[in-house]
Amino acid sequence: MLVRWKLWLPAAILLMVLVGIAVACGGDDEEASPTPTGPTGSPSPLSGKLEIFSWWTTGGEAAGLQKLYQLYPQQCPGDVQIVNSTVAGGGGDVARQVLSSRMQGGDPPGSFQIHMGHELLDSWVASGDMESLKFLFDQQNWANVFPQGVLDIVSKDGQPYSVPVNIHRANVLWYNKKTFTDAGLQPPKTFADFFTVADALKAKGITPLALGDKEAFASVQLLEVTLLGTLGPDAYKGLWTGKTAWGSSQVTDALNTFKRMLSYTNSDHASLTWDQANDMVIKGQAGMTIMGDWVDADNKAKGFTNSGWVPSPSTSGTYDALSDTFGLPKDAPNRDAVICWLKVVGSKAGQEAFNPLKGSICARTDCNKSLFDPYLQSAMDDWSKDSIVPSLAHGAAASPAWAADISDAVTAFVASQDVGALQGRLSTACKDSGVCS
Amino acid sequence: MSKGEAAGPRVRGGLPRLDWKRARRFVTSERAIGMGLIVPSLVAVLVFVYGFIGWSALVSVSNWHNVNPDYTFVGLDNFRDLFKNFRFQIDIRNTVAFTVLFVGACLVLGLVLASLLDRYIRGEGIFRSIYLFPMAISFIVTGVAWRWLLAPRAGVNLLASKVGLSGIHYTWYTDSTVVYVHQGSRLADALDAIGLGFLADPNFGVPLAMISVVIAATWQMSGFVMVLYLAGLRAIPKELKEAARVDGASELQVLRHISLPLLRPVTLSAMIILGHQSLKIFDLIVSMTGRGTGFATDVPALFMFESTFRANNFSRGAAVSIVMLVSVSVLVIPYLFWSLRRESRL
Repeated sequence: MLVRWKLWLPAAILLMVLVGIAVACGGDDEEASPTPTGPTGSPSPLSGKLEIFSWWTTGGEAAGLQKLYQLYPQQCPGDVQIVNSTVAGGGGDVARQVLSSRMQGGDPPGSFQIHMGHELLDSWVASGDMESLKFLFDQQNWANVFPQGVLDIVSKDGQPYSVPVNIHRANVLWYNKKTFTDAGLQPPKTFADFFTVADALKAKGITPLALGDKEAFASVQLLEVTLLGTLGPDAYKGLWTGKTAWGSSQVTDALNTFKRMLSYTNSDHASLTWDQANDMVIKGQAGMTIMGDWVDADNKAKGFTNSGWVPSPSTSGTYDALSDTFGLPKDAPNRDAVICWLKVVGSKAGQEAFNPLKGSICARTDCNKSLFDPYLQSAMDDWSKDSIVPSLAHGAAASPAWAADISDAVTAFVASQDVGALQGRLSTACKDSGVCS
Repeated sequence: MSKGEAAGPRVRGGLPRLDWKRARRFVTSERAIGMGLIVPSLVAVLVFVYGFIGWSALVSVSNWHNVNPDYTFVGLDNFRDLFKNFRFQIDIRNTVAFTVLFVGACLVLGLVLASLLDRYIRGEGIFRSIYLFPMAISFIVTGVAWRWLLAPRAGVNLLASKVGLSGIHYTWYTDSTVVYVHQGSRLADALDAIGLGFLADPNFGVPLAMISVVIAATWQMSGFVMVLYLAGLRAIPKELKEAARVDGASELQVLRHISLPLLRPVTLSAMIILGHQSLKIFDLIVSMTGRGTGFATDVPALFMFESTFRANNFSRGAAVSIVMLVSVSVLVIPYLFWSLRRESRL
C-alpha cells in the first residue's frame, strides 16, 4: 500500500497539470457561422451579435461611435446586439496588436477600425483575410459620392477593401491670429513666405514653428508636408509607387527645406506632444504649428478662438488625407450584420452623425455643411475640389514597416542634420519595402 | 553475485540493469511530495519560458517581416542586418553608456548611504525605509514622475528659475549631444597611435540625454544597493576594523583596505543584478523619454517593441530579443556558476 501511494501522488499531480493544459488549449467551439448569403438585396431582419472593434474610447470619437450605434437599428431592422469592443491607448497601437493576434488566431471581430490605405492593404488584404467590397460600393453607388482620390487610396487592383467614415487633413498650418496682427504679418502661402514670416517672428523673440515630436509621427508629418509642398501632388504620390526616385534632386531640395524649417522650431520639441506644441501657439510663445486638423478640436476644447489656418506652405489645392475606415474580414461572424454596418458607416446620415462630434469631415462629398464648425466647413469645400494624396504618417501612403523605417531615418536626422544620410536611408527604406527596385 | 553486493556497474549480459531496490529507497514519501509539488511549476517554466525562448529563436532565423508568418529559414541574415542597422548600433552604445553610468552611480551611492547608516544612528530604520521606498514603485511611475521633473519647460528648470537661478535652461533628456572623442583632437591622435583610432566616433560616445535616465534609475535602485551593502558591512567583524583603527588607520583607510575587499561578493551580486536589469531596460525609457532626439535614449528593448508591434517586423524583433538574451546570459551564467561553486565550497 505504502509503496504504491508514493508513486501515485506525483503521477496524479502530473495528470492534473496535463489535463489542465489540454482544457486550456482546447479552445472554444466556433459558433456555427451563418452560411454567407452573398450581397444582400432586400433587408431581411438581422439578429445576433455584431462586434465592432476600435480604439475610440473617449471624447468626441466615442460619442460619434455611439451615434452610429443608435443609427444602426434604423437602417438595419432587426435585433442585432452591437458589442463595442474597444482597446484604449495611443493612436491605436495597442488596438492594432490585439487585432493582429485575433486575426492571426482566426477570431476576427465583425468589423474593425483601421486607417485607410497601405496600413490595411499591405497587412490584412495582402494576407487574404479581407473581402473585396466592390459589390457594396456598386450597390450603394458610392463611386459617385466619394472623390476618386479616396477610392484610389482604399482600393487594391481596382477592388475597394474598406469604407472611409471620416477624413482628416495633415497639411494644415495653424497660427495665432493675434500674434500675427501684432507683428503685422500675413499667414504664409509658399515656403519663401514661410521663411520670411519665420524670420520676422524670430526677430520678435517668438518661436516661429512649434513642434512637439515626443510621438515620432509629428516630425514624419512635417517631412511629408514639406515633400508635398516641394514635389507637388503627382510627384509626391509617385514616391509611394516607385515612380518618383527618392534620390532625385527634387527630394534633396525638399529635405534641405525640411532642415531649414527644423531650425525655426523650439529646441525642446522632443519633450512635447503635439497638443503641448499647440499650447505654445495658444499662449503666444510660438507663432505657427504645422499639424493635422485635430488641432481644431484641441482649440475648441481649450476655448481658443483666435486660431487661423491655411494649407501648409506651397500645398494649397492639395488635400493630404488620412481616414478611419471599416472593412469586412473574410470569416467575420454575422456577415450580413457587418455588411449593414458598412452601409451605415458609408451613408449620409451615418457620416453626418459621426463627423461633427469627432471633429473631422465626411468622406462623402454630399454632407450637410451647416452641421460643422467654420474650419470643417472650409475643409469640406477643399475636399470636394482639391487633389487628394495619401498621408505617410498615418498609414495611408506606405506599409507600417516602410513607415517605421522612414520614422527612424527622420529621428536620426533631427539630431544629425545630415541631408545626404537621410536621403540615402529613405532610398534604402523604399528598396527594403519592395516598392523601389 | 548476490543481490545486495554493491559491486561495479550492475551489468548483465552487456546492458546496465536498473536497480529497483535502490530506486525505491530513493523515492521516499517526502521526496515524492516534493517532486509532485515541483512538477507543475517545472512544466510551466519549461513551456512558457524555455519553450517560448526556443520559439523566439526560431522566429529570429525566419523570414517573417509582415503580418503573415513566413517561417522560411534564412540563417543568420536577420542578425547580420541587425548589426548593420544604424539604430541598433546606437542602441548598443546607449546600453553600454547607461549600464556603466547606472551601475557605477548605484554602487557608489549605495555604498555611501550604507556607510552613513552603518553608524547605528537613531532612526536608522526610518532612513533605511525612506531610501528603499523608490524600489517599491514600478519603473513606469518613476519614468513619468522624472519626465515631468526633468522636462525642459517645467520641473527642475522651472524651480531653478523661481528660486532665482534663471540661467539654468538645461535640455535634460531632450539633449541630442553625444560626448565623444573628436577626430583631429589630441586624444584621437593618441588613440590612433595605439591602434584604437576607431574609438573617435559618435558610436563610441556618451549621449548626455542618458544622464537624465540614469538619474531616475539610480534614484530607484540605489536604496536596494544600500541595503545589500548595509548587510555586507554588518557582516564584517568589528574586531578587524578596531584593530585597524588601533594601528592608526583613518576611517577612509579602514574603508579602503578592510571593508571594500570584504564587500567584493556584495559588489559582484549588486553589479550582476543591476547589470541584467539595465541590459533589458524598457519601461523606464518608454514612459520617460521615448526614443529621444536622434535616438539619444533609445535602447534595444524599445527597438524590439517598435519593430515587432509597429513595423510588424517579427523576425527583426525576435533577433533583437535573442541578442538581448545572449548578452544577459553572458553576464548572469558565469555569476551563477561562481555563486554555486561558492555555496558548495562553504
